[in-house]
Amino acid sequence: MTDLLLGAVAYDAKVVPIWDGFREFFTSNGLPFDFVLYSTYERQVQAHLRGEIDVAWNSPLAWIQTDRAARAEGRRAEAIAMRDTDRDLTSIVIVRSDSAIHAATDLRDKRIGVGAADSPQATLIPLASLAEAAIEGRVVRHDVLLGKHGDHIGGERDAVRALLAGTVDAACIIDGNRLAFVREGLIGATGPTAVRVVHQTAAYDHCNFTVLLDPSPPPLLGRFRELLLGMSYEDPKLRPLLDLEGLKAWLPGRTEGYAALERAVDRFATNPVFA
Amino acid sequence: METVPLSDLGLDEGAHLLIERGLARCGSIEVQGTAANLAVDLPAWCRARGHAIERTRSGFAIRRGTADRWCGAERAGSIARPVDHAPVRWGLAARGALVEAGAPELDLPLARKQDVWADEAARLYAQAAAAQWDPATAIPWDAPHDHPAEIEDAIVQIMTYLIENETAALLVPVRFLGRLHPQFREVMQLLAIQAADEARHIEVFTRRACLRRDTLGLSTAGGQASLASLFDEPDFAIASFLLSVLGEGSFLSLLWFIRDHAPDPCTREVARLAAQDEARHVAFGLAHLQRHAREDARLCDRLAAAIERRHAALAHTAGLNGEVFDALILLAAGGWEPADLRRGHAAVVALQRTMDDGRRQRLNRLGFDSVRAEALSALHTRNFM
Repeated sequence: MTDLLLGAVAYDAKVVPIWDGFREFFTSNGLPFDFVLYSTYERQVQAHLRGEIDVAWNSPLAWIQTDRAARAEGRRAEAIAMRDTDRDLTSIVIVRSDSAIHAATDLRDKRIGVGAADSPQATLIPLASLAEAAIEGRVVRHDVLLGKHGDHIGGERDAVRALLAGTVDAACIIDGNRLAFVREGLIGATGPTAVRVVHQTAAYDHCNFTVLLDPSPPPLLGRFRELLLGMSYEDPKLRPLLDLEGLKAWLPGRTEGYAALERAVDRFATNPVFA
Repeated sequence: METVPLSDLGLDEGAHLLIERGLARCGSIEVQGTAANLAVDLPAWCRARGHAIERTRSGFAIRRGTADRWCGAERAGSIARPVDHAPVRWGLAARGALVEAGAPELDLPLARKQDVWADEAARLYAQAAAAQWDPATAIPWDAPHDHPAEIEDAIVQIMTYLIENETAALLVPVRFLGRLHPQFREVMQLLAIQAADEARHIEVFTRRACLRRDTLGLSTAGGQASLASLFDEPDFAIASFLLSVLGEGSFLSLLWFIRDHAPDPCTREVARLAAQDEARHVAFGLAHLQRHAREDARLCDRLAAAIERRHAALAHTAGLNGEVFDALILLAAGGWEPADLRRGHAAVVALQRTMDDGRRQRLNRLGFDSVRAEALSALHTRNFM
């Protein structure tokens, strides 16, 4: 039987042990499974549309790219599953605690440090959220590994470093990274490296497993989804993989959480800053 | 639902401890707090941990997630005593710790209590830890010495021989230490401190050799062949038998001999302190092999076969180098007068008899009868170790 072939983007070295481990799980449970790694989501999306992979582990932006391209061809894309941690994220805009900026409206015309140009969480969604409130500043990008859609945390870290160095007035990061950066010692709970949150976006969703239903769904899709959703954090072989991938449980996919990013993509599609 | 007041403590300041304590007591809690970033940090923190969170009028309702890292965890034995067979899945966990399932399995083949354990290990370790001495202050390095130059040469040769043998006595247990399951903590500690003892012995023998000379003595191929046969022994019981019970046991007699005949306080003290440590090494070797022999009736035959095998392997070698033998005679003689040399020679012959007596006594304690002990002792390497 032909393997169910999954595509994932190699945004970090840990991607290899994660998918090697999952491959072992799937195959030992009777699902012929293999994976292909791509250097960028754009390459993965194109390969998916060409039918070279059955399932794509997509960033939210890659989901939108796939969904829109599929629709243009009269095909349907479906988000079949996602991590529990992919649901209801927010992005925040932070300033230094000694900053004169106290409200989002104070950000007008200020230097706003963002992550990579293609990062939904550190660039597109927070900037769109500000723009929808009629707040626009001077965008300072921190392009770490373009094509990875911000999966690499380095862009956000660089934006925060720029904030602390005073080369930007605000920085956009994903909500959970504020605590992560405190643990790293990059920002402090108090003192000169402490930060304040001056804006928080509405909740949105992040990655998903995307399949194309046309011309026909992948033959082994049902078993893949069943095994995926059945993975238990209590399984000692799976737990290290789930920890690496950052989840406790896989959940069914949903797409209503991508509305904010859809609007952001529409808003910035023609903006040369994001070219 | 229990209320957990955080006051103004943020999640970036340790508030998660209060929340986790509350969730451990009660699966659903309401968290109240005034930290500036609480509304941002708390949902993100809950999401990462798999807890459900909802905003309430007065704070946040949190329901503990079902993901349980500790499902399937097991105790790595008890603090008080090791298990009979320690599984590799316990890895490096402390004995008695609760071990998460899925820890990496390490290559720790010395995992059977029968093979390594001695009830005396804890006591011997404590004794060893209390008896550690500082080479810088324990030895009278500056004590006067007025013995003849040729006696000094003999001491340098003996020290050279001791360093080589102590190097083997350090490396052989250390090789097993790296394969020992940490469930047998006291044995691990004892082997480690034994290695530290040997490191110290190597230091003081070297320093003593260099007190009046800037070169060391001779190292023979035969002596090294004898030590190599210890080094290559893959079986812990056999290596421990050959090294500790027979080798270091014989060394004890040698160190006492050096102490008794040394012409200067420094040599006397070096030998005395080293002997004190070596006695513990012999005691542990004997203790765990006695225990092992009680549980495994075939052990004595294996040990006897090992002596015979080693004897056959070393049959073509010269054994103890002549220079060491002669150096011991000179040391005991203390001078070149025929009467001195006669006395020295007799003392070395008596030393070998003492070594043989000691080996036979230790073999008896392991369960060999007198006839067999005598035969096996006679097969022990002529290199002493």
